[in-house]
Amino acid sequence: MAMNSFEWADATTVEQAAGLLAESTEQRPVIAKAGGIDLLDLMKEGILAPARLVNLKTIHGLDEIDTENGLTLGALVTLDRIDKDPRIRSRYVALSDAAAHAATPQVRNAATIAGNLLQRPRCWYFRHDHFHGEGADEMESRGADQNQHHAILDNDKNAMVHASTPATALVAYDASVELAGRANGSRVVKLSDFFLPPEMQRAHDSGIESGEVMTRVTIPPLNARAKAAYHKQTERESYDWPICDVAVVLTMEGQTVQNASIVMGWVAPTPRRASESERLLIGNRLTDDLARQAAHAAVADATPLSKNGYKVPVLEAVVRRTILAAAVAG
Amino acid sequence: MAESSRSHGPDGSVRSGISRRTFLKHGGTSAVGAALLEAGAAQAAVDSSMQDGANEVLGPGPIPIDLTINGRRVPVQAEPATTLVDILRNHLGLTGTKIGCDRGACSACTVWLDGQPASSCMTLALDARGRSITTIEGLADGDNLHPVQQAFVEHDALQCGFCTPGMVMSCAALINRKPDAGIEDVKAAISGHLCRCGTYPNIFAAVLAVASENRRRGT
Ligand SMILES: Cc1cc2nc3c(=O)[nH]c(=O)nc-3n(C[C@H](O)[C@H](O)[C@H](O)COP(=O)(O)OP(=O)(O)OC[C@H]3O[C@@H](n4cnc5c(N)ncnc54)[C@H](O)[C@@H]3O)c2cc1C
Ligand code: FES
Ligand code: FES
Repeated sequence: MAMNSFEWADATTVEQAAGLLAESTEQRPVIAKAGGIDLLDLMKEGILAPARLVNLKTIHGLDEIDTENGLTLGALVTLDRIDKDPRIRSRYVALSDAAAHAATPQVRNAATIAGNLLQRPRCWYFRHDHFHGEGADEMESRGADQNQHHAILDNDKNAMVHASTPATALVAYDASVELAGRANGSRVVKLSDFFLPPEMQRAHDSGIESGEVMTRVTIPPLNARAKAAYHKQTERESYDWPICDVAVVLTMEGQTVQNASIVMGWVAPTPRRASESERLLIGNRLTDDLARQAAHAAVADATPLSKNGYKVPVLEAVVRRTILAAAVAG
Repeated sequence: MAESSRSHGPDGSVRSGISRRTFLKHGGTSAVGAALLEAGAAQAAVDSSMQDGANEVLGPGPIPIDLTINGRRVPVQAEPATTLVDILRNHLGLTGTKIGCDRGACSACTVWLDGQPASSCMTLALDARGRSITTIEGLADGDNLHPVQQAFVEHDALQCGFCTPGMVMSCAALINRKPDAGIEDVKAAISGHLCRCGTYPNIFAAVLAVASENRRRGT
């Protein structure tokens, strides 16, 4: 399907972009464009028909990586730069690996971190214009027949999963996003509070408001002894969307786990913490058996749908292996 | 490739008798010329009623932009909704770049933007302003094929050839960035490419041969 025609404005400052975006109405949608990858996907499918795009890539200073105090990524930093930056790789390896395994090299060269976090679900009902319209949300929920890739946890109302895989690592590192609007200045929101369960008829799967520009993604400083690992499980070896992905950040005192953050993607509507697994690990000596128990706890509440029961044992295995991989990470 | 058809290039590398002309579709140059004239006569279609302070609003109709393609400045007419691959193939006749999925998922449309592989089907033409675009037509140096192109010929790394221009662009970018690339590098570099003919093993062999030649020569 050919894209509709639209206008284009190159923004040079965040305020300008926010001002232009605030002009958006239902009849004349004005939409921010970063790398443009998800926008092109949606426009080509006829799911999005903007009247105007506001180009954020012409804004200076939004593409910086700063490792002074924790990690600060400008909204326009690409997934490829996150993958290749040696400072990020040495301190935030789960994020580097998540970026390295997202999409294709070509897409990673264009895709920005803000656009990645704000991309829409990959659910094949959502991605097909035929399924948009009256009753879409009911159809998409647990009733959807082709639910192989849907959520196995927290899926009683919405079963679509959030698409971003870097988000899994970012939530494990307790990241926040900074949003700037024209009138109300800027605000900082924890990523774990930012995402909303995807719905067919909402324009975003997050708390971003109309007229807001995401300016930064920040990670607080890590404990010097923190170790981390990330694993994205796919059906094939070359690039693919995940069955599930898992990020684990552990702070170890010898063999004992002092602190644990375990986050699972593509198994719940938004990246989900395995809180019970974390609780089992903290204060205990990490053994194969403890990792097994923790992984079991991660899937204890699973309520698989008609065609995604296979995800349960896959997730359990990936949680167990990623905990063990984090414990021996450099 | 028969040994007798090989010769040594000026840099000492082995070359086959196949030239860039028979390996790649020899097109584009004249179409680029035609577009140059067309753009010269075009009017700026900026909708001034839509201007908001310092922001000039472009489109939705075609607007004149300059692109740098294979080292030449090329004026074209592009709507904001026009993709780079559309400009290359349909406006400029540079049909070496292919369209498979049109969704970023097969990499047949791979070109370089500032030397880095990009899916031209997922790149808006306006986003290519100010960047150096390299297509398969611009990869060879005159009649001297890029070593990766040459190796594809020698290792029979193509069947129907549809995925080949994109594969070559990704593999050549890899060799330029990492002359002694190993198998894992090659697999990663083409991880976004689909070849329906299954030429992957020969592509690996071709790129690894270039890498081992580079290693032997200490580059
Ligand atoms: C073949 C393929 C495979 C893929 N595989 C993966 C994968 O494995 N994992 C994964 O996570 N993703 C994957 N993706 C998705 C891809 O990573 C996203 O489409 C991309 O990251 C979006 O980023 P962008 O900069 O191109 O965003 P855009 O398309 O420019 O924007 C996306 C959304 O974010 C908004 N936006 C962007 N920046 C800002 C900002 N600063 N402020 C406010 N709003 C903003 C836009 O308005 C739009 O709504 C894949 C895509 C393809 C085509
Ligand atoms: S045609 Fe562009 S990636 Fe398939
Ligand atoms: S050679 Fe036919 S698609 Fe690759």
